[in-house]
Amino acid sequence: MTIRNGSDRLTVGIVGGSGYTGGELLRLLLHHDGVAVTQVTSETHAGAPLPQVHPHLRGQTDLRFISRQRLAPCDVLFLAMPHGQAQAEIERYAGLAPRLIDLSADFRLRDADRYTRAYGHAHAAPAWLERFVYGLPEINRDALRDACYVSGVGCNATAVLLALWAPVRGGLLDAGQPLIADVKVGSSEAGNTPTAASHHPARSGVVRPFQLTGHRHEDEVRQALGDSFDVRIAVTSVEMVRGVAAAVHITLPAGLAERDLWACYRAAWTGEPFVRIVHTAQGLHRHPEPRLLAGTNYADVGWEYDPQTGRAALLCALDNLGKGAAGTAVQCLNLMCGFEETTGLSFGGFFP
Amino acid sequence: MNQVECVECGTTVSVPDNVMRGEILVCQDCGTELEVIELDPLTVDLAPLEMEDWGE
Repeated sequence: MTIRNGSDRLTVGIVGGSGYTGGELLRLLLHHDGVAVTQVTSETHAGAPLPQVHPHLRGQTDLRFISRQRLAPCDVLFLAMPHGQAQAEIERYAGLAPRLIDLSADFRLRDADRYTRAYGHAHAAPAWLERFVYGLPEINRDALRDACYVSGVGCNATAVLLALWAPVRGGLLDAGQPLIADVKVGSSEAGNTPTAASHHPARSGVVRPFQLTGHRHEDEVRQALGDSFDVRIAVTSVEMVRGVAAAVHITLPAGLAERDLWACYRAAWTGEPFVRIVHTAQGLHRHPEPRLLAGTNYADVGWEYDPQTGRAALLCALDNLGKGAAGTAVQCLNLMCGFEETTGLSFGGFFP
Repeated sequence: MNQVECVECGTTVSVPDNVMRGEILVCQDCGTELEVIELDPLTVDLAPLEMEDWGE
């Protein structure tokens, strides 16, 4: 595929565009100067104007949802359906577009047996698993350039992975220990289908242990770091709409100086456009906080370290719909198609 | 503009030409307060911290 010059833009379709991730993708892509969104599907809302479901898009698009049966060929197809649906029809989608970006969990794991263990059922298209590239640019950038098929990322997996990445890459972290990730998440992680658990009187104000053992994103992190890293993810739902805050409790060598950790983090993250080191001695915002990242593609990383014992908490905050899903998917689009990596992702957040 | 190394995180901190002994600089990376303890050669150290209960 060649990027067209002049006023031509790459044509983009979104399959399953009525969810929160679809809405976030649209918010980003409608202001991306290299693409034109030409079709968005929803079986539930076919025929409805997009802003009827995504009110934040009012005045920005005249598109209406269509049924996925009416999809036409395009340059890039984003698949933003619930888990399990992309794999069921992957051949058809690959026939419609030379570039696919799937935001579900269907193609994140490379190994079919690992997929079966993590998701509790056999994969419907196991031959496709190895054709997809894992879509986290910070650890997989070279493979994403010119890739045709890219998977999305798990939001919690991304937060845990980015929290751990610098000390693992820098050789500071011994794999022979449990890596306990305490992950606090907002309500939008559960999607836009109402349930008893998401009903406002039941959800508002909660600090609700959601899944403290056996989270399926553990396999995604282990796949990226190596199976020798015993990653365990414990998720708690808290009073927040967007956001993930991960604290991974580990033991580092005792006696490190702060400048040793700074050197390790700088070696990993200097030059990365969307990862910021947040570890400051002054002010209120000394550590990564998800609230400051809403709507952005940033992941903030940091640490707390006790030199006497070596005990440490490695931190990462991000927006689950942004860096944890749609933002990273657009970053992948930019790499796959030769755009500047930051195109369409410049929003820096707001405060208070 | 002179430069000095942050004694906490190791980054380079810019120092105004007219800096005075005892002046407090703040590292732009780690936020640590650095006190200028010598002018020639330019030397900084951790500024005395007032104890606080942030996070308690």
